[in-house]
Amino acid sequence: MSSAVLFDVPGPRARVRNGLLTGVSVVAVAAVLYGIYSGFDAKGQWEAKIWQPFLQWDTWQHFIIPGLIGTLRAAAVAAVLALLFGAVFGLARLSDRAYIRVTAGVVVEVFRSIPLLLLIFFIFYLAPSLIGGGDYTFIAVVLGLTFYNGSVLAEVVRAGVNAVPKGQSEAAYAVGMRKNQVMRLVLLPQAVTAMMPAIVSQLVVLLKDTALGYIIAYVDLLNTGFKILPAAFFGSLIPAAIVIGIIYVTLNMALSYLATWLERRSRRSRRTSARPVAAPGSAAVGIGAGEGTEGGGVAPDRPVE
Amino acid sequence: MEDLIRYAPDLALGFLENIKLSIVGAITSLILGTVLVAMRVSPTPVLRAAGTIYVNVVRNTPLTLVLAFSALGLSDQLGLVFSSVPSVNSFWIVAMGLSAYTAAFVCEALRSGINTVPLGQAEAARAIGLTFMQSLRMIILPQAFRAVIAPLGSVMIAMIKNTTVAVAGGYAFDSANKMKEAFDQVGASIPIFLGIVVAFMCVTLPIGYFTGWLAKRLAVVR
Repeated sequence: MSSAVLFDVPGPRARVRNGLLTGVSVVAVAAVLYGIYSGFDAKGQWEAKIWQPFLQWDTWQHFIIPGLIGTLRAAAVAAVLALLFGAVFGLARLSDRAYIRVTAGVVVEVFRSIPLLLLIFFIFYLAPSLIGGGDYTFIAVVLGLTFYNGSVLAEVVRAGVNAVPKGQSEAAYAVGMRKNQVMRLVLLPQAVTAMMPAIVSQLVVLLKDTALGYIIAYVDLLNTGFKILPAAFFGSLIPAAIVIGIIYVTLNMALSYLATWLERRSRRSRRTSARPVAAPGSAAVGIGAGEGTEGGGVAPDRPVE
Repeated sequence: MEDLIRYAPDLALGFLENIKLSIVGAITSLILGTVLVAMRVSPTPVLRAAGTIYVNVVRNTPLTLVLAFSALGLSDQLGLVFSSVPSVNSFWIVAMGLSAYTAAFVCEALRSGINTVPLGQAEAARAIGLTFMQSLRMIILPQAFRAVIAPLGSVMIAMIKNTTVAVAGGYAFDSANKMKEAFDQVGASIPIFLGIVVAFMCVTLPIGYFTGWLAKRLAVVR
Protein backbone atom coordinates (compact mmCIF):
# COMPACT_ATOMS: atom_id res chain seq x y z
CA MET A 1 0.00 0.00 0.00
CA SER A 2 1.46 3.31 -0.91
CA SER A 3 1.31 5.87 1.82
CA ALA A 4 -1.14 7.96 -0.20
CA VAL A 5 -4.00 5.55 0.49
CA LEU A 6 -3.92 6.21 4.18
CA PHE A 7 -5.49 9.58 3.66
CA ASP A 8 -8.02 10.86 1.18
CA VAL A 9 -7.52 13.41 -1.51
CA PRO A 10 -7.89 16.35 0.86
CA GLY A 11 -11.03 18.45 0.78
CA PRO A 12 -11.12 22.13 1.82
CA ARG A 13 -10.99 21.49 5.57
CA ALA A 14 -8.35 18.79 5.29
CA ARG A 15 -6.31 21.10 3.09
CA VAL A 16 -6.37 23.75 5.78
CA ARG A 17 -5.49 21.18 8.40
CA ASN A 18 -2.69 19.74 6.30
CA GLY A 19 -1.43 23.24 5.61
CA LEU A 20 -1.38 23.94 9.33
CA LEU A 21 0.33 20.61 10.02
CA THR A 22 2.90 21.34 7.34
CA GLY A 23 3.52 24.75 8.88
CA VAL A 24 3.91 23.28 12.35
CA SER A 25 6.20 20.51 11.15
CA VAL A 26 8.32 22.94 9.13
CA VAL A 27 8.74 24.98 12.30
CA ALA A 28 9.51 21.84 14.33
CA VAL A 29 12.06 20.51 11.83
CA ALA A 30 13.60 23.96 11.53
CA ALA A 31 13.76 24.22 15.31
CA VAL A 32 15.56 20.89 15.57
CA LEU A 33 17.98 21.87 12.79
CA TYR A 34 18.55 25.25 14.39
CA GLY A 35 19.08 23.57 17.75
CA ILE A 36 21.80 21.41 16.21
CA TYR A 37 23.25 24.36 14.36
CA SER A 38 23.39 26.64 17.39
CA GLY A 39 24.67 23.82 19.61
CA PHE A 40 27.53 23.34 17.15
CA ASP A 41 27.97 27.09 16.89
CA ALA A 42 28.19 27.56 20.65
CA LYS A 43 31.04 25.06 20.75
CA GLY A 44 32.71 26.65 17.74
CA GLN A 45 32.17 23.68 15.43
CA TRP A 46 31.61 25.82 12.34
CA GLU A 47 34.94 27.57 12.53
CA ALA A 48 36.76 27.37 9.23
CA LYS A 49 39.93 26.29 10.99
CA ILE A 50 38.63 22.87 12.01
CA TRP A 51 37.05 22.19 8.61
CA GLN A 52 40.17 23.34 6.81
CA PRO A 53 41.96 19.95 6.95
CA PHE A 54 39.25 18.36 4.81
CA LEU A 55 39.96 20.72 1.95
CA GLN A 56 43.57 19.63 1.77
CA TRP A 57 44.63 16.70 -0.32
CA ASP A 58 47.18 15.71 2.36
CA THR A 59 44.43 14.85 4.83
CA TRP A 60 42.76 12.61 2.32
CA GLN A 61 46.02 11.08 1.21
CA HIS A 62 47.38 10.30 4.66
CA PHE A 63 44.27 9.60 6.69
CA ILE A 64 41.02 9.05 4.90
CA ILE A 65 42.04 7.12 1.80
CA PRO A 66 44.32 4.63 3.61
CA GLY A 67 41.50 4.07 6.08
CA LEU A 68 38.98 3.59 3.29
CA ILE A 69 41.31 1.10 1.66
CA GLY A 70 41.58 -0.76 4.97
CA THR A 71 37.80 -0.91 5.23
CA LEU A 72 37.29 -2.01 1.64
CA ARG A 73 40.08 -4.57 1.86
CA ALA A 74 38.61 -6.20 4.96
CA ALA A 75 35.14 -6.05 3.42
CA ALA A 76 36.26 -7.55 0.11
CA VAL A 77 38.20 -10.44 1.64
CA ALA A 78 35.45 -11.14 4.17
CA ALA A 79 32.79 -10.98 1.43
CA VAL A 80 34.56 -13.59 -0.70
CA LEU A 81 35.18 -15.88 2.27
CA ALA A 82 31.65 -15.39 3.60
CA LEU A 83 30.17 -16.28 0.21
CA LEU A 84 32.26 -19.45 0.14
CA PHE A 85 31.31 -20.29 3.71
CA GLY A 86 27.68 -19.58 2.94
CA ALA A 87 27.66 -21.70 -0.21
CA VAL A 88 29.33 -24.67 1.49
CA PHE A 89 27.21 -24.63 4.63
CA GLY A 90 24.01 -23.69 2.84
CA LEU A 91 24.35 -26.68 0.53
CA ALA A 92 25.46 -28.87 3.44
CA ARG A 93 22.19 -27.99 5.19
CA LEU A 94 20.34 -29.34 2.16
CA SER A 95 22.29 -32.59 2.16
CA ASP A 96 20.43 -35.88 2.18
CA ARG A 97 22.77 -37.23 4.84
CA ALA A 98 21.47 -36.37 8.28
CA TYR A 99 24.89 -36.09 9.95
CA ILE A 100 26.07 -33.46 7.44
CA ARG A 101 22.76 -31.60 7.58
CA VAL A 102 22.61 -31.49 11.36
CA THR A 103 26.28 -30.54 11.84
CA ALA A 104 26.01 -27.71 9.33
CA GLY A 105 22.77 -26.59 10.93
CA VAL A 106 24.34 -26.41 14.39
CA VAL A 107 27.39 -24.51 13.09
CA VAL A 108 25.23 -21.99 11.25
CA GLU A 109 22.81 -21.44 14.13
CA VAL A 110 25.59 -21.02 16.69
CA PHE A 111 27.61 -18.54 14.64
CA ARG A 112 24.47 -16.61 13.87
CA SER A 113 23.59 -16.13 17.50
CA ILE A 114 27.04 -15.02 18.71
CA PRO A 115 27.33 -11.24 19.04
CA LEU A 116 29.78 -10.33 16.30
CA LEU A 117 32.03 -8.21 18.49
CA LEU A 118 32.53 -11.06 20.95
CA LEU A 119 33.51 -13.33 18.07
CA ILE A 120 36.03 -10.78 16.83
CA PHE A 121 37.48 -10.33 20.32
CA PHE A 122 37.76 -14.06 20.76
CA ILE A 123 39.60 -14.60 17.48
CA PHE A 124 41.79 -11.61 18.24
CA TYR A 125 42.90 -13.11 21.55
CA LEU A 126 42.96 -16.71 20.39
CA ALA A 127 45.12 -16.25 17.28
CA PRO A 128 48.37 -15.22 19.06
CA SER A 129 48.21 -18.20 21.41
CA LEU A 130 47.72 -20.55 18.47
CA ILE A 131 50.17 -19.18 15.92
CA GLY A 132 52.45 -16.83 17.83
CA GLY A 133 52.75 -13.09 17.99
CA GLY A 134 51.94 -10.59 15.29
CA ASP A 135 49.22 -8.24 14.16
CA TYR A 136 45.96 -10.09 14.11
CA THR A 137 43.54 -7.20 13.80
CA PHE A 138 42.92 -7.82 10.10
CA ILE A 139 42.55 -11.56 10.54
CA ALA A 140 40.23 -11.15 13.51
CA VAL A 141 37.97 -8.71 11.68
CA VAL A 142 37.89 -10.76 8.49
CA LEU A 143 37.30 -14.10 10.19
CA GLY A 144 34.66 -12.69 12.51
CA LEU A 145 32.80 -11.17 9.59
CA THR A 146 33.23 -14.36 7.56
CA PHE A 147 31.81 -16.72 10.16
CA TYR A 148 28.94 -14.45 11.04
CA ASN A 149 27.87 -13.28 7.59
CA GLY A 150 28.73 -16.67 6.12
CA SER A 151 26.16 -18.26 8.43
CA VAL A 152 23.54 -15.73 7.43
CA LEU A 153 24.36 -16.30 3.76
CA ALA A 154 24.08 -20.06 4.33
CA GLU A 155 20.48 -19.45 5.33
CA VAL A 156 20.00 -17.33 2.22
CA VAL A 157 21.40 -20.09 0.02
CA ARG A 158 19.14 -22.65 1.64
CA ALA A 159 16.11 -20.41 1.26
CA GLY A 160 17.07 -19.70 -2.35
CA VAL A 161 17.31 -23.34 -3.33
CA ASN A 162 14.07 -24.10 -1.48
CA ALA A 163 12.38 -21.24 -3.32
CA VAL A 164 12.78 -23.00 -6.66
CA PRO A 165 9.46 -24.76 -7.33
CA LYS A 166 9.46 -28.49 -6.70
CA GLY A 167 8.44 -29.23 -10.28
CA GLN A 168 11.84 -28.07 -11.49
CA SER A 169 13.78 -30.75 -9.61
CA GLU A 170 11.11 -33.35 -10.29
CA ALA A 171 11.36 -32.64 -14.01
CA ALA A 172 15.14 -32.80 -13.82
CA TYR A 173 15.03 -36.18 -12.06
CA ALA A 174 12.49 -37.33 -14.61
CA VAL A 175 14.86 -36.67 -17.50
CA GLY A 176 17.41 -38.81 -15.68
CA MET A 177 19.75 -36.31 -14.02
CA ARG A 178 21.72 -37.24 -10.95
CA LYS A 179 21.41 -35.45 -7.62
CA ASN A 180 24.44 -33.29 -8.22
CA GLN A 181 23.40 -32.52 -11.79
CA VAL A 182 20.00 -31.41 -10.58
CA MET A 183 21.62 -29.11 -8.06
CA ARG A 184 24.32 -27.81 -10.41
CA LEU A 185 22.37 -27.46 -13.64
CA VAL A 186 18.82 -26.75 -12.54
CA LEU A 187 18.42 -25.57 -8.97
CA LEU A 188 21.49 -23.40 -8.36
CA PRO A 189 21.34 -21.26 -11.51
CA GLN A 190 17.75 -20.34 -10.72
CA ALA A 191 18.38 -19.97 -7.00
CA VAL A 192 21.28 -17.55 -7.54
CA THR A 193 19.04 -15.10 -9.37
CA ALA A 194 16.50 -15.29 -6.56
CA MET A 195 19.20 -14.92 -3.91
CA MET A 196 21.05 -12.00 -5.42
CA PRO A 197 19.16 -9.15 -3.68
CA ALA A 198 19.43 -10.82 -0.26
CA ILE A 199 23.13 -11.47 -0.82
CA VAL A 200 23.83 -7.86 -1.73
CA SER A 201 21.90 -6.55 1.28
CA GLN A 202 23.92 -8.85 3.48
CA LEU A 203 27.09 -7.45 1.92
CA VAL A 204 25.93 -3.97 2.99
CA VAL A 205 25.73 -5.31 6.54
CA LEU A 206 29.19 -6.80 6.17
CA LEU A 207 30.65 -3.54 4.89
CA LYS A 208 29.06 -1.64 7.75
CA ASP A 209 30.30 -4.09 10.33
CA THR A 210 33.94 -3.69 9.29
CA ALA A 211 33.67 -0.61 11.52
CA LEU A 212 33.77 -2.98 14.51
CA GLY A 213 37.47 -3.25 13.72
CA TYR A 214 37.77 0.21 15.29
CA ILE A 215 37.35 -1.39 18.70
CA ILE A 216 40.33 -3.72 18.27
CA ALA A 217 42.31 -0.93 16.55
CA TYR A 218 42.20 -2.31 13.02
CA VAL A 219 43.22 0.51 10.66
CA ASP A 220 39.91 1.13 8.92
CA LEU A 221 38.07 4.26 7.86
CA LEU A 222 36.54 4.77 11.28
CA ASN A 223 39.92 4.42 12.96
CA THR A 224 41.90 6.75 10.71
CA GLY A 225 39.02 9.19 10.37
CA PHE A 226 37.75 9.29 13.91
CA LYS A 227 40.73 8.46 16.11
CA ILE A 228 43.96 9.33 14.28
CA LEU A 229 42.75 12.31 12.27
CA PRO A 230 41.21 14.29 15.17
CA ALA A 231 44.39 13.62 17.13
CA ALA A 232 46.44 15.18 14.33
CA PHE A 233 44.12 18.14 13.77
CA PHE A 234 42.99 19.22 17.19
CA GLY A 235 39.28 19.99 17.45
CA SER A 236 38.29 18.43 14.14
CA LEU A 237 36.43 15.55 15.77
CA ILE A 238 32.92 16.49 14.74
CA PRO A 239 33.79 17.53 11.17
CA ALA A 240 35.67 14.23 10.89
CA ALA A 241 32.64 12.29 12.09
CA ILE A 242 30.45 14.07 9.57
CA VAL A 243 32.84 13.48 6.67
CA ILE A 244 33.38 9.78 7.33
CA GLY A 245 29.69 9.39 8.12
CA ILE A 246 28.92 10.71 4.65
CA ILE A 247 31.43 8.29 3.11
CA TYR A 248 29.88 5.30 4.91
CA VAL A 249 26.33 6.34 4.07
CA THR A 250 27.20 6.89 0.39
CA LEU A 251 28.94 3.52 0.07
CA ASN A 252 26.15 1.62 1.78
CA MET A 253 23.34 3.41 -0.01
CA ALA A 254 24.97 2.70 -3.36
CA LEU A 255 25.10 -1.00 -2.47
CA SER A 256 21.52 -0.91 -1.15
CA TYR A 257 20.28 0.61 -4.39
CA LEU A 258 22.06 -2.16 -6.25
CA ALA A 259 20.15 -4.66 -4.10
CA THR A 260 16.81 -2.98 -4.80
CA TRP A 261 17.55 -2.84 -8.49
CA LEU A 262 18.56 -6.50 -8.56
CA GLU A 263 15.40 -7.42 -6.72
CA ARG A 264 13.22 -5.58 -9.17
CA ARG A 265 15.09 -7.20 -12.02
CA SER A 266 14.86 -10.72 -10.66
CA ARG A 267 11.16 -10.20 -9.89
CA ARG A 268 10.43 -9.84 -13.58
CA SER A 269 13.23 -12.13 -14.73
CA ARG A 270 12.24 -15.13 -16.82
CA ARG A 271 15.53 -16.84 -16.07
CA THR A 272 14.25 -18.16 -12.78
CA SER A 273 11.02 -19.68 -11.61
CA ALA A 274 11.77 -18.76 -8.00
CA ARG A 275 10.53 -15.64 -6.27
CA PRO A 276 13.26 -13.42 -4.81
CA VAL A 277 14.32 -14.59 -1.37
CA ALA A 278 13.37 -12.22 1.43
CA ALA A 279 16.18 -10.31 3.06
CA PRO A 280 17.67 -12.44 5.83
CA GLY A 281 16.11 -11.95 9.23
CA SER A 282 12.64 -11.28 8.00
CA ALA A 283 9.82 -13.51 9.08
CA ALA A 284 10.28 -15.69 6.03
CA VAL A 285 13.73 -16.85 7.03
CA GLY A 286 12.83 -17.77 10.53
CA ILE A 287 13.63 -17.44 14.12
CA GLY A 288 16.66 -15.90 15.67
CA ALA A 289 17.96 -14.06 12.65
CA GLY A 290 19.45 -10.66 13.22
CA GLU A 291 22.22 -9.45 11.12
CA GLY A 292 25.44 -8.23 12.65
CA THR A 293 24.85 -4.81 14.01
CA GLU A 294 22.02 -4.51 11.53
CA GLY A 295 18.63 -4.49 13.17
CA GLY A 296 17.50 -7.72 11.60
CA GLY A 297 16.12 -7.91 8.13
CA VAL A 298 12.93 -6.50 6.85
CA ALA A 299 10.53 -8.08 4.44
CA PRO A 300 10.66 -6.41 1.06
CA ASP A 301 7.78 -4.10 0.38
CA ARG A 302 4.95 -6.16 -0.92
CA PRO A 303 2.46 -4.39 -3.12
CA VAL A 304 -1.09 -5.25 -2.13
CA GLU A 305 -2.78 -6.97 -4.96
CA MET B 1 36.69 -24.29 33.09
CA GLU B 2 38.29 -22.88 36.24
CA ASP B 3 38.70 -19.60 34.38
CA LEU B 4 34.99 -19.44 33.75
CA ILE B 5 34.19 -20.19 37.40
CA ARG B 6 36.72 -17.65 38.62
CA TYR B 7 35.42 -14.88 36.40
CA ALA B 8 31.76 -15.88 36.42
CA PRO B 9 30.56 -13.29 38.98
CA ASP B 10 32.29 -10.52 37.09
CA LEU B 11 30.98 -11.70 33.73
CA ALA B 12 27.49 -12.07 35.13
CA LEU B 13 27.58 -8.45 36.31
CA GLY B 14 28.70 -7.43 32.82
CA PHE B 15 25.92 -9.44 31.25
CA LEU B 16 23.43 -7.74 33.55
CA GLU B 17 24.53 -4.43 32.05
CA ASN B 18 23.78 -5.79 28.58
CA ILE B 19 20.32 -6.75 29.77
CA LYS B 20 19.74 -3.29 31.26
CA LEU B 21 20.85 -1.64 28.03
CA SER B 22 18.57 -3.99 26.06
CA ILE B 23 15.53 -3.15 28.15
CA VAL B 24 16.02 0.60 27.86
CA GLY B 25 16.85 0.24 24.16
CA ALA B 26 13.80 -1.92 23.45
CA ILE B 27 11.37 0.51 25.04
CA THR B 28 12.78 3.70 23.55
CA SER B 29 13.45 2.29 20.10
CA LEU B 30 9.92 0.90 19.82
CA ILE B 31 8.42 4.27 20.76
CA LEU B 32 10.77 6.23 18.52
CA GLY B 33 10.30 3.76 15.66
CA THR B 34 6.52 4.09 15.87
CA VAL B 35 6.79 7.87 15.79
CA LEU B 36 9.10 7.61 12.78
CA VAL B 37 6.75 5.33 10.87
CA ALA B 38 3.84 7.67 11.60
CA MET B 39 5.96 10.46 10.15
CA ARG B 40 6.84 8.41 7.09
CA VAL B 41 3.22 7.73 6.13
CA SER B 42 1.82 11.11 7.18
CA PRO B 43 0.05 13.46 4.75
CA THR B 44 2.71 16.10 5.41
CA PRO B 45 5.58 16.00 2.91
CA VAL B 46 7.96 17.71 5.32
CA LEU B 47 7.51 15.05 7.97
CA ARG B 48 7.73 12.29 5.37
CA ALA B 49 11.02 13.68 4.08
CA ALA B 50 12.43 14.14 7.58
CA GLY B 51 11.53 10.56 8.51
CA THR B 52 12.96 9.14 5.30
CA ILE B 53 16.23 11.02 5.63
CA TYR B 54 16.62 10.00 9.27
CA VAL B 55 15.99 6.33 8.54
CA ASN B 56 18.26 6.20 5.50
CA VAL B 57 21.14 8.00 7.15
CA VAL B 58 21.03 6.13 10.44
CA ARG B 59 20.47 2.73 8.83
CA ASN B 60 23.53 3.13 6.63
CA THR B 61 25.87 4.37 9.35
CA PRO B 62 27.85 1.76 11.28
CA LEU B 63 26.64 1.38 14.86
CA THR B 64 30.22 1.78 16.02
CA LEU B 65 30.32 5.25 14.49
CA VAL B 66 26.93 6.16 15.96
CA LEU B 67 28.06 5.18 19.44
CA ALA B 68 31.55 6.65 19.18
CA PHE B 69 30.05 9.89 17.88
CA SER B 70 27.47 9.97 20.68
CA ALA B 71 30.19 9.57 23.28
CA LEU B 72 33.08 11.62 21.90
CA GLY B 73 31.12 14.13 19.85
CA LEU B 74 27.76 14.72 21.49
CA SER B 75 28.78 14.11 25.07
CA ASP B 76 32.39 15.27 25.32
CA GLN B 77 32.45 18.02 22.71
CA LEU B 78 28.93 19.36 22.60
CA GLY B 79 28.18 18.88 26.28
CA LEU B 80 25.19 16.54 26.11
CA VAL B 81 25.39 15.15 29.63
CA PHE B 82 22.79 12.94 31.32
CA SER B 83 24.54 12.62 34.64
CA SER B 84 27.64 13.93 36.37
CA VAL B 85 28.73 10.39 37.20
CA PRO B 86 30.79 9.27 34.16
CA SER B 87 29.66 5.64 34.20
CA VAL B 88 25.98 6.56 34.51
CA ASN B 89 26.36 9.18 31.81
CA SER B 90 27.99 6.79 29.36
CA PHE B 91 25.28 4.21 30.07
CA TRP B 92 22.61 6.65 28.94
CA ILE B 93 24.70 7.87 26.02
CA VAL B 94 25.03 4.29 24.79
CA ALA B 95 21.34 3.61 25.44
CA MET B 96 20.48 6.74 23.45
CA GLY B 97 22.73 5.86 20.50
CA LEU B 98 21.48 2.28 20.47
CA SER B 99 17.83 3.39 20.53
CA ALA B 100 18.36 5.99 17.82
CA TYR B 101 20.01 3.31 15.68
CA THR B 102 17.49 0.54 16.35
CA ALA B 103 14.52 2.89 15.85
CA ALA B 104 15.39 3.14 12.16
CA PHE B 105 15.05 -0.64 11.83
CA VAL B 106 11.87 -0.72 13.89
CA CYS B 107 10.47 1.93 11.55
CA GLU B 108 11.35 -0.11 8.47
CA ALA B 109 9.83 -3.26 9.98
CA LEU B 110 6.60 -1.43 10.81
CA ARG B 111 6.48 0.14 7.39
CA SER B 112 6.62 -3.27 5.74
CA GLY B 113 3.84 -4.22 8.18
CA ILE B 114 1.74 -1.33 6.96
CA ASN B 115 2.27 -2.67 3.46
CA THR B 116 0.57 -5.92 4.44
CA VAL B 117 -2.63 -4.18 5.59
CA PRO B 118 -5.13 -4.50 2.72
CA LEU B 119 -6.18 -1.35 0.93
CA GLY B 120 -9.83 -1.88 1.89
CA GLN B 121 -9.01 -1.34 5.56
CA ALA B 122 -7.70 2.16 4.99
CA GLU B 123 -10.52 2.92 2.58
CA ALA B 124 -13.14 1.71 5.03
CA ALA B 125 -11.55 3.77 7.78
CA ARG B 126 -11.78 6.85 5.60
CA ALA B 127 -15.31 5.99 4.55
CA ILE B 128 -16.56 6.03 8.13
CA GLY B 129 -14.92 9.42 8.55
CA LEU B 130 -11.83 8.65 10.59
CA THR B 131 -9.07 11.21 10.33
CA PHE B 132 -5.53 10.21 9.42
CA MET B 133 -4.37 9.91 13.02
CA GLN B 134 -7.49 7.99 14.00
CA SER B 135 -7.20 5.51 11.17
CA LEU B 136 -3.49 5.06 11.84
CA ARG B 137 -4.04 4.56 15.55
CA MET B 138 -7.14 2.40 15.48
CA ILE B 139 -7.02 0.57 12.15
CA ILE B 140 -3.64 0.52 10.46
CA LEU B 141 -0.99 0.30 13.18
CA PRO B 142 -2.67 -2.43 15.27
CA GLN B 143 -2.77 -4.65 12.19
CA ALA B 144 0.69 -3.61 11.09
CA PHE B 145 2.17 -4.48 14.50
CA ARG B 146 0.55 -7.89 14.46
CA ALA B 147 1.93 -8.59 11.00
CA VAL B 148 5.52 -7.82 11.95
CA ILE B 149 5.87 -9.36 15.40
CA ALA B 150 8.42 -11.88 14.16
CA PRO B 151 10.55 -9.33 12.25
CA LEU B 152 10.37 -7.02 15.27
CA GLY B 153 11.59 -9.95 17.33
CA SER B 154 14.61 -10.23 15.00
CA VAL B 155 15.21 -6.51 15.36
CA MET B 156 15.15 -6.85 19.14
CA ILE B 157 17.46 -9.86 19.06
CA ALA B 158 19.90 -7.94 16.89
CA MET B 159 19.68 -5.05 19.33
CA ILE B 160 20.46 -7.29 22.29
CA LYS B 161 23.54 -8.55 20.47
CA ASN B 162 24.42 -4.96 19.59
CA THR B 163 24.60 -3.99 23.24
CA THR B 164 28.07 -5.55 23.18
CA VAL B 165 29.25 -2.64 21.03
CA ALA B 166 28.67 -0.40 24.09
CA VAL B 167 32.43 -0.21 24.52
CA ALA B 168 32.59 2.01 21.41
CA GLY B 169 30.39 4.47 23.29
CA GLY B 170 32.79 4.53 26.21
CA TYR B 171 30.72 2.25 28.44
CA ALA B 172 33.25 -0.17 29.84
CA PHE B 173 31.12 -2.38 32.10
CA ASP B 174 29.29 -4.68 29.72
CA SER B 175 30.10 -8.33 29.10
CA ALA B 176 32.24 -7.71 25.99
CA ASN B 177 34.54 -5.59 28.07
CA LYS B 178 34.53 -7.97 31.01
CA MET B 179 35.45 -10.76 28.62
CA LYS B 180 38.28 -8.65 27.24
CA GLU B 181 39.57 -7.94 30.75
CA ALA B 182 39.49 -11.63 31.57
CA PHE B 183 41.31 -12.45 28.32
CA ASP B 184 43.93 -9.83 29.15
CA GLN B 185 44.72 -11.74 32.31
CA VAL B 186 44.42 -15.40 31.40
CA GLY B 187 44.61 -15.30 27.59
CA ALA B 188 41.88 -16.44 25.24
CA SER B 189 39.76 -18.87 27.19
CA ILE B 190 37.25 -20.98 25.34
CA PRO B 191 35.07 -21.67 28.43
CA ILE B 192 34.70 -17.96 29.16
CA PHE B 193 33.77 -17.23 25.55
CA LEU B 194 31.29 -20.07 25.41
CA GLY B 195 29.86 -19.05 28.77
CA ILE B 196 28.97 -15.59 27.49
CA VAL B 197 27.72 -16.95 24.19
CA VAL B 198 25.42 -19.37 26.01
CA ALA B 199 24.19 -16.52 28.21
CA PHE B 200 23.28 -14.51 25.11
CA MET B 201 21.62 -17.52 23.50
CA CYS B 202 19.59 -18.04 26.67
CA VAL B 203 18.10 -14.61 26.12
CA THR B 204 17.86 -14.41 22.33
CA LEU B 205 16.56 -17.90 21.50
CA PRO B 206 13.50 -17.67 23.80
CA ILE B 207 12.72 -14.23 22.36
CA GLY B 208 12.91 -15.70 18.87
CA TYR B 209 10.60 -18.59 19.77
CA PHE B 210 8.27 -16.38 21.78
CA THR B 211 7.84 -13.80 19.02
CA GLY B 212 7.43 -16.61 16.48
CA TRP B 213 4.69 -18.15 18.64
CA LEU B 214 3.08 -14.78 19.29
CA ALA B 215 3.16 -13.92 15.59
CA LYS B 216 1.27 -17.11 14.77
CA ARG B 217 -1.21 -16.58 17.59
CA LEU B 218 -1.94 -12.97 16.77
CA ALA B 219 -1.80 -13.29 12.99
CA VAL B 220 -4.63 -11.41 11.35
CA VAL B 221 -6.77 -13.95 9.56
CA ARG B 222 -7.52 -12.80 6.04
